[in-house]
Amino acid sequence: MDKESWLRDCYSGRPLREDVIFTTLSGGEQDPLYTPEDLPGFDYQHELGYPGLYPFTRGIHPTMYRGKLWTMRQFAGYGTAEDTNRRYKFLLERGQTGLSVAFDMPTIMGRDSDDPLSEGEVGRCGVAIDSLRDMEILFEGIPLKDITTSMTINGPAAVLLAFYLCVGEKQGVSFRELGGTIQNDILKEYIAQKSWIFPPRPSMRLITDIMAFCSREVPRWNTISISGYHIREAGSTAVQELAFTLADGFAYVEAGIAAGLDVDEFAPRLSFFFNCHMDFFEEVAKFRAARRLWARYMREKYGAKDPRSWMMRFHTQTAGCSLTAQQPENNIVRTALEALAAVLGGTQSLHTNSMDETWALPTEKAVQIALRTQQVIAYESGVAHVIDPLGGSYYVEHLTRRMEEGAEEYLRRIEELGGVLAAIEQGFFQREIADAAYRYQKEIEEGRRVVVGVNRFRDPDERLEIEIMRIDPAVEKRQRERLARLRAERSNAEVERRLKELKEGARGDANLMPLIINCSRAYCTEGEIVGALKEVFGTYREPVIF
Amino acid sequence: MEGKRFRILIAKPGLDGHDRGAKVVARGLAEAGFEVIYTGLHQTAEQIVEAAIQEDVDAVGLSILSGAHMTYFPKVLQILRERGAGDIMVFGGGIIPREDAEELKRMGVAEIFGPGTPIADIVSFLHKRLS
Repeated sequence: MDKESWLRDCYSGRPLREDVIFTTLSGGEQDPLYTPEDLPGFDYQHELGYPGLYPFTRGIHPTMYRGKLWTMRQFAGYGTAEDTNRRYKFLLERGQTGLSVAFDMPTIMGRDSDDPLSEGEVGRCGVAIDSLRDMEILFEGIPLKDITTSMTINGPAAVLLAFYLCVGEKQGVSFRELGGTIQNDILKEYIAQKSWIFPPRPSMRLITDIMAFCSREVPRWNTISISGYHIREAGSTAVQELAFTLADGFAYVEAGIAAGLDVDEFAPRLSFFFNCHMDFFEEVAKFRAARRLWARYMREKYGAKDPRSWMMRFHTQTAGCSLTAQQPENNIVRTALEALAAVLGGTQSLHTNSMDETWALPTEKAVQIALRTQQVIAYESGVAHVIDPLGGSYYVEHLTRRMEEGAEEYLRRIEELGGVLAAIEQGFFQREIADAAYRYQKEIEEGRRVVVGVNRFRDPDERLEIEIMRIDPAVEKRQRERLARLRAERSNAEVERRLKELKEGARGDANLMPLIINCSRAYCTEGEIVGALKEVFGTYREPVIF
Repeated sequence: MEGKRFRILIAKPGLDGHDRGAKVVARGLAEAGFEVIYTGLHQTAEQIVEAAIQEDVDAVGLSILSGAHMTYFPKVLQILRERGAGDIMVFGGGIIPREDAEELKRMGVAEIFGPGTPIADIVSFLHKRLS
């Protein structure tokens, strides 16, 4: 018996469910069954190898979760620094093992809380940080030498990193001892997340300045978290997420090399950040393909010699866009499945979404359930005991290959367009993502894609029975008052001097990190520092595509 | 579709960059026969009202996922009235708690469409209210 004759003699002609499309979530065709015939030329050593060894398909560490579980890192932030500091302590007391800062929109866009364009946004979707003073409060009572912190910040990443380093300094922790991550992935901002400040070229210069500075002074810092998460949330398929993220990663590698850095000097500090959506096996295959592709390109195309440059380390967040406002309790189950796929895919750290995030920022109760979901997977399910347990599955290996091929096809197209920056300027990514998002929506509207509680199994008498978090409307006023006090109390002459030095540095080719750190120490605000850089670099406007 | 083609402005106010919903709705409405203008990102309330008047639209749809909805909806409504364009209908969507949605409707927002809303529902709502 072979697959073809089984399909012909046993499978075909039998009744199948008619209301289902048998494709992956991303639209890839699926056979009913996979066998060794779907893996022609399969070479274990070449394609999989062993954990901790090239090409790292099975995982980057020899011991994986037997040696150390993934870091449980919930993205959190709201209101003022005091509010968020309390949330961090709440999470740490409940067994969270790393911090992840969610900033509000003004902070993300490099604006102070008293900027006219910040009105109504202060402390709303993250914590409001205007200066080193707020950052000191954010980490009060949290020893930075014992924990790693990830900061979702891009356009002004250098500024927030400087604030963090200065908090460490005040706590008596040297730069060399501090560990953490800044997202600092500006390319995906132009592609998907849309919180850019400066135009692409000066943005790339800031990034290479950070890479050079950290490789010397902050060796435990992950200088870029190359992010597919937002690309997926904006509507891409799994293959697009994989391909566009890798393309961005290679663009940073090329920028570093072009800036005169040795690839092995900075590549080991590049990390990744992926989404984990609802199609369980497709996601596992995506993670495995990502590791294999990165390793191969880094070794063979970019000539990296240090195995740490070949290893793709990544954080995962479950898919916010898979959650529903309808029957929100069901989101706990969706998140658990996605988290399980991320673990089976070998993630280094994980954020699990809370059930209420289609309505507002999460309550303590909801975020505790989300964290407990990870703990149940880690400590009760047994899946963390064996490395890459899905390795060798005919289906998963086949799908891993297909993900890899699909991604390489996109990489070739991006190269033909002239590289990532050129493809952004031509609206290539934006159009691909908008098309995929619309296709997904159509499938749901037409009932071809089932979302429980949305287009099937709706509850006609549905009432929202979960608690929804409210942000105190007085937050904005309090934050503006604190900022006014800071401006009155600090030495404004020193502020002016440091900002002037920064502008001079930006006009020339000095590494900007030390200058930004000096601004931070003088309690320049984020808006002032970004404003000084805007004077030199200008700002970006995107072409409108829908 | 019979008679007049309604003109709709889809707008992204404030600093929020989450534009998936706005773009999907813009495209869906265009496919359903509306004339759709999309502002692009980072618009102030003044810019949105200006665009609504210049483009002579029948309705403005605001998409806000950053939590700034209680600032932007009232502001757009107010400036529309000040500019003598209070007849332009305002609707919207995003991450908006139900209580806030109720309050916005009391202020004069025609409807808030949350995540998971079929575009067909928005289409039939607009036809009903604008006809």
